[in-house]
Amino acid sequence: MEDKLILNGHEFTSRFILGSGKYSLELINAAIENAGAQIITLALRRAAGKDVENILDYIPEGITLLPNTSGARNADEAVRIARLSREMGCGDFVKIEAIRDSKYLLPDNYETLKATEVLAKEGFVVMPYMYPDLNVARDLKNAGAACIMPLGSPIGSNKGLCTKDFIQILIDEIDLPVIVDAGIGRPSQACEAMEMGAAAVMANTAIATAGDIPKMALAFKKAIEAGRESYLAGFGNVVEGGARASSPLTGFLHD
Amino acid sequence: MERTDHMKYMEGMEVIESDLLERVISAMNNYDYNKYTEKDVTAALSRDVLSPDDFAALLSPAALPHLEEMAQRAKIETRKHFGNSIAMFTPLYIANYCENYCIYCGFNCHNKIRRAKLNEDEIEKEMQSIAKTGLQEILILTGESKKMSDVNYIANACKIAKKYFNVVGVEVYPMNSDEYRILHESGADFVTVFQETYNSDKYETLHLEGHKRIFPYRFYAQERAIMGGMRGVGFAALLGLDDFRKDAFATGMHAYLLQKKYPHAEIAFSCPRLRPIINNDKINPKDVHEPQLLQVICAYRIFMPFASITISTRECERFRNNIINIAATKISAGVDVGIGGHTGEQKGDEQFEISDPRNVSQVYEAIKKQGLQPVMSDYIYV
Repeated sequence: MEDKLILNGHEFTSRFILGSGKYSLELINAAIENAGAQIITLALRRAAGKDVENILDYIPEGITLLPNTSGARNADEAVRIARLSREMGCGDFVKIEAIRDSKYLLPDNYETLKATEVLAKEGFVVMPYMYPDLNVARDLKNAGAACIMPLGSPIGSNKGLCTKDFIQILIDEIDLPVIVDAGIGRPSQACEAMEMGAAAVMANTAIATAGDIPKMALAFKKAIEAGRESYLAGFGNVVEGGARASSPLTGFLHD
Repeated sequence: MERTDHMKYMEGMEVIESDLLERVISAMNNYDYNKYTEKDVTAALSRDVLSPDDFAALLSPAALPHLEEMAQRAKIETRKHFGNSIAMFTPLYIANYCENYCIYCGFNCHNKIRRAKLNEDEIEKEMQSIAKTGLQEILILTGESKKMSDVNYIANACKIAKKYFNVVGVEVYPMNSDEYRILHESGADFVTVFQETYNSDKYETLHLEGHKRIFPYRFYAQERAIMGGMRGVGFAALLGLDDFRKDAFATGMHAYLLQKKYPHAEIAFSCPRLRPIINNDKINPKDVHEPQLLQVICAYRIFMPFASITISTRECERFRNNIINIAATKISAGVDVGIGGHTGEQKGDEQFEISDPRNVSQVYEAIKKQGLQPVMSDYIYV
């Protein structure tokens, strides 16, 4: 059976979600191609303008747009941006970003949950960017989220999986795809997230600011695929922190 | 001429509950930049997140020999937070009447220049002309005369601007929070106020008449703007008016403490240096040469990596082309600092001399040439 990422019934073979916010436009296409990405996030605030060059013109057909609500400071604003996105023909997918912290851009889970409740009822495929909190993740699921998108570390920080243990809890406990979003700086970190059982990885800055953008997109693709394969294969009997004792400790039970 | 108490609010000026002024001034007064050594600078550059003391080290003379390292770090931070995007905008001066007597400013009320104020039709025509260039962001400016350019006049200009532009900012006289709310509801979301200098004694000698003389009212403008619903606020000291290191430090601390108090506020810095004005071509930025200016801009970037930094046409093409590759994230183009110049005949004189006359498409191409992406709008009014 083919291994697929399924979001509210929509199926994808790629598990790499590419951000589009920080590129020079002409490089987006090459990045998408090399990444093998099928979903591209898009800041509606960037697409809604009447720019000389509109980012939408640079995204190839057949790619699923994932508009985000960046710029929203609360649930109301996120809902308004999502509705605007649908009116503009950007589809039903929406990544909720409700952020009222301009320094670290950490998501406000409370506002994110409120927006998710509203938008899921309106038929959106809601993909909430969130701080990895188990209780909120459960509430998001109950509210109708299509997945949850916990952050690995602050946006743009390239610090990787600072929240690794908490993401693992979400992967173990939440019966929804867990997509690691934000802070992934290297392909190896993306691979690590996938090995943990993440359903997909989203990255932007790491690729957009790389020396060779298409090449880095390809590196991420391979890393994500490797991580997924390794997760599916199941790890071998790897012992961390020392060798196995040669004499069994429970042998005395049989003495 | 009798000089009034510049620390005493005038009638009608809103007083807000805040201690930012005391905290910023106290930090600035305690800032002894000569005490910092090379070791402090390298330690500051080695940290992920800088403290105010690290910021102080980066603004010190000891940091100047480390300008290349600062620029390298600044570039990394800029790309991490902004990617390749460089925002473009243009300022539109709609009036140059002014009630203030600021001795270094071309608009000052005693300077004999042609005064003018655009009417609604003229504003609309100017904006149409600017919109044709492809720009999506406009900054509306006036001289500081509440009598000649009252809040409703500016609010109307914002409403007209909203028809043609995605992003509307204002750089006008400081006002009360309810007045900022009127502008916000008319479409403006960003407010820039230059404190000029944070040295209150020096400020007093430079701003001799008018409401601008009131130092604390000006200082609290950004906070009142946030209280009035504005999304973002801009800060600047006019470098060269006083000790630029202390002024840059105070500017950074002002922004830093305001963002701590209002975490949602979007922060922007401008980095103007003094320029010659009509009837006084001797005004210059004194000891703030390009290396010092670069040092200040890099220090802002490394201290507050998420802040927008605007580079003005006060600087030349060469400096502007290079600084967007290091730390600046917003650049003006097609600039006319007089009144009515976008549609042909200028009715009122300029505020200062500009050094980069390039039009929008020239700046656009210059940005692309560096592998960066010009962005006309990265904003949605909600």
